Parts: sequence; C-alpha cells; structure tokens
Amino acid sequence: MTRVVVVGAGPAGIAAADVLSRAAVEVTLIDEAERPGGQYHRAPASGLQLDMRRLLDAAHASYAAFHAQAASVCARVDYRPATLVWGVHGRAVHLAARGFAQSVGYDALVLATGATDRVMPLPGWTLPGVFTLGGAQAVLKDQGCLIGRRVVFCGSSPLLYLAAVQYLRAGGKVAAVIDTTRFAEKLRALPDMLAAPGVLGQGLRHMAALKRRGVPILHGATIDAFEGKARVSAVRCTSPDSAPLRVACDAVAYGHGLRPETQLAELAGCTLRFDPVQRVHVPETDPDGRAGHAIYVAGDGGSIGGGQAAAVSGRLAAAAALHDLGLAADVDVAASRASLARLRRFQKGVAAAFRWPGERAAALDDAVILCRCENVTVGEVRAAIALQDGVADVNRAKAATRCGMGRCQGRFCGAGLAEVAAACVGGHDHGRDRLRVQTPIKPLPMALAGDLSP
Amino acid sequence: MTGPSGPPAAAPEGTPSAILHRVAAFDTPLLRFTLDGRPMQARQGESVLAAILCHAGHLRRHECSGEPRAGFCLMGACQDCWVWFGPGERGRACTTPVADGMQVSTSPDPPA
Repeated sequence: MTRVVVVGAGPAGIAAADVLSRAAVEVTLIDEAERPGGQYHRAPASGLQLDMRRLLDAAHASYAAFHAQAASVCARVDYRPATLVWGVHGRAVHLAARGFAQSVGYDALVLATGATDRVMPLPGWTLPGVFTLGGAQAVLKDQGCLIGRRVVFCGSSPLLYLAAVQYLRAGGKVAAVIDTTRFAEKLRALPDMLAAPGVLGQGLRHMAALKRRGVPILHGATIDAFEGKARVSAVRCTSPDSAPLRVACDAVAYGHGLRPETQLAELAGCTLRFDPVQRVHVPETDPDGRAGHAIYVAGDGGSIGGGQAAAVSGRLAAAAALHDLGLAADVDVAASRASLARLRRFQKGVAAAFRWPGERAAALDDAVILCRCENVTVGEVRAAIALQDGVADVNRAKAATRCGMGRCQGRFCGAGLAEVAAACVGGHDHGRDRLRVQTPIKPLPMALAGDLSP
Repeated sequence: MTGPSGPPAAAPEGTPSAILHRVAAFDTPLLRFTLDGRPMQARQGESVLAAILCHAGHLRRHECSGEPRAGFCLMGACQDCWVWFGPGERGRACTTPVADGMQVSTSPDPPA
C-alpha cells in the first residue's frame, strides 16, 4: 500500500496526518518528542500537576481542541514518538529511537519539522540562566519550572509578551520586557498585522496585562550584554530615550523570532532560498507546500507563520500529496489557500514589527563567543573571512575556525555567523551565508552505529 | 577529577543557586539517581535537566573554556545540556527523563 511519512507532530504534522489518515494510504507519523504538540501546543509531562487552563487562558480552547485531534490521529496512524529522523536518503527516512535504528520507505514525505529560536550572539549569552525564549516556555509547559525567580524577556518577538504573561500567571516575577524593535516600526507594520485581527488583539492584550502588573517595557532598546559570574545577574541595555540601563535579574529569556528547521528538506533535495521578509533560508515550495518530487513542507519548517498557519499549511500539504498520488482529499483547498495567504500577510507584519537586528553583528566585540558549541569568537571568524579576499563564505569560515561545526550544527550560531560575515565584506551574499546540512542532523549514540544501513 | 570538570554545587531545592524554580509538582513515584556519585531524587516524568537544575547552578563545564553551562534551547536542538549516562554514553539532559537507578555524571571522569 502507498505509504506517506509525516515528520513532526506539532500543529502542521497533526493536521497533515489527520487529512492523510482519512485517505487510502498508510500513514507513519514520526516525532522526536514523547507527546504530540510540537512547541506551540507542548503538553505537560505525564503526572505534572500544571494548570494549563490558567496558564493558557484564552488560548486553552485551541490547545484542548488540538490535543483531542492529536489523540485521535495518533490512534489511527503508525505513530512513532520519541523517534529522531536523522537522515533522508533513497526514498526512505532513517530513524533512531531509544536503542534501535530503522529505515522507513515512503511514497510521499511531509516534513513538518518546526522551528527553533533565532538569536544574535551577545556578550554573556553562554552564562547559566540565559535561555532561549522558546526554551523558557518549553520548560514551564513540559516540566512545570520557571527559568528563574526574576526573569528578563528580551529580543524581538511577539512571544516575548506571551511568555512574560505566562510567567506571571505561573507565579513568576518579570523584571522587564526589553524589545529591540522601535514602537514606530510596530505602528508601520499595523496594516499587515490587521490581516489577522484576532491574533493582533491577543498580542495587544498581553502588552496591556504586563503594563497593568507594572512590568517595565522598553521598545527600541539595544541589548549590550548579559552580565554575571557563574550565573546571569543583569541585562545591560541602551534605550533610545534614556541613559544606559542595567536591569537586575536571575534569568533571561532571549530570542529574535524563529528560524525554520530545514535540515531534512535540504537532505531530501529541496532547494533552499533566502526569504527577504523573515530573513531566513526556507525550502522553495509552491503555495500548497510542494518542495520537490514527493516532498511536501508544512508549518514553521517551511515558512514562519505560527500555529494557526501551520495547521492550515499541514492540511494543504496533505491535500497536495494525495492529489499527486491520484487520490482525493477532504480539504477545501481554495478556502485553505485564502486563509494561509491572510496569515502569511500577518506574519509579514510581525517580521517588520519584531525585526531581526542583523546590523548589530558589526558592533560585536571580537571577544564575544559566536559558536557556543566550539567556543569560537567573533574575532576568529572575522580573521578567517578577512582571508577570503572579499568573499563571505560561511562554510569556508566554518572549515577554518570550527564555527558551526559543533553539536548543534550551527542552529544557534548560524544566523549570527551570516551577519558577522556580511559585515566583514559590506553586504550579504545569500548564496554563501547558509551553513550546509550534515547527516546525522542531530548526534546519535555510537551504540547505534552498527545498525545504521545507508 | 575535579577542576574545570568538577560537579555542580548542589543545594536544597529552591535555594538561590538553583537555576530552575519549580511551580508545579509531579504526582508520580519517587525515583533515585546519582549525580557524580551523590544520591539525588526525582519524580517520574521529570527530565534529567529539571531534576539537576532545580538544585544546582549548572549542568556541566564547557570542554574548552571550563565555563559553567546550564543548557540553552531546552527543546533538544542546541545540545548544550549534554551529560554522561555511563562510560561513553552521553546525551541531552533536557529530553531524557530520569530513570530509577540512573548514574549521571557531569564529566567523563566520574568519582570512583
């Protein structure tokens, strides 16, 4: 029988698997996490007494609806939780679960691999107590823990406000929200953000709730450093309308929006292109997510769009896969395309209202650690780029310095590396500013090496 | 061996040196594990990262710089939270649940 493999059980993967499971195909749904949800709908570990209704408030209804749908989908398909897809090769995905390796062939592959936080390296970003913004939410929802007792939320993302509100609801203290995008830029982005007035309204309510609770909110600030000895103790920043500030804290949640996890798409042969709006590399797709022969991409792994857009794009990708297999899908394709276009327009506004501060890389001190895995500094990378005769090739810089060669494979230094390289030569070269994928896409235990076939 | 790979300073849960601050409890069975040979407790469902960082100020020291690290992405992507689970067996603390009897080390040379 025809087999469709879906990678990822977040909003996009579950939506895709739901559509596929109603057609005459066998569906294998593979997810690295122990429970469905992805990051957007992450659920507490079994037995954790966390009041999700209180934590999510108005968003709880969609969370509950997702998990009801996910429970039904996972029961209908070949669901493989706690399983890493570490490679794609020869019309098969290659898996590692605890203690064994396996390959699963596919007739169509839907990649719903999601995204991780995009960060600009800064002095002190490796200090204990500094975590990604998504991580601050993940450890709360999954483990019932706050990253500290007095937390600064900083960077540029609508999730700064959402996560700060969730920390207040969970009993935490928020020292400040430090947003690096100016308020005027947010106002200019309003027309696009009005494409999804409900989501915009939620964001404004979060800002108002923080103000009511007396949380200082800075707009248009520059984050200069995370300070501390064995642990972060302050964020040093400069606000356009005040003198340099030092905000005391014992933890920092830091992020500049999201970057798609494109490794499996690249291995599957998809073309990656630079998206000038989000300023990230994304797989080239048609409007329904077709990214190559029998390859479909959905959710934030294809285009940063948030949970709602992920679910719609998951349905569209599944419909496209079924159509290409000569099968019918129970999806209103025209309505879904219109809905996705509206949500993407909203995200265009979000990208402008919460801007990636790439230009800040030029001002970083040479001593700042750029690659936190391999402990490579900004200065070492600048020296390597200087030897490239005016070309800023990040893969050559990686070979020369080990920047991006560590265990995270450039997921967390790659965005900063591209900006440092561009600043060295006075401009971006998007053909040369993306670190190439390597297999396995995440580290595997040596014990599995004997079982790995390809 | 101690020095740059020394174990994190343990402190009772909720003391200022602990990185994480627990706001919701598990109603699951109590598990015992060791961290660098010292007895520790966790609840079933707790990640190795949460079980350690609710008591300690870091997870490991960086291989080159010796600086303390306590994880970063907390979602299985950055690999900053690696600890040792036995000879030659390393992995992420953030996505590994504690198992009863687990022997966790913050360095490749645990105390004998």
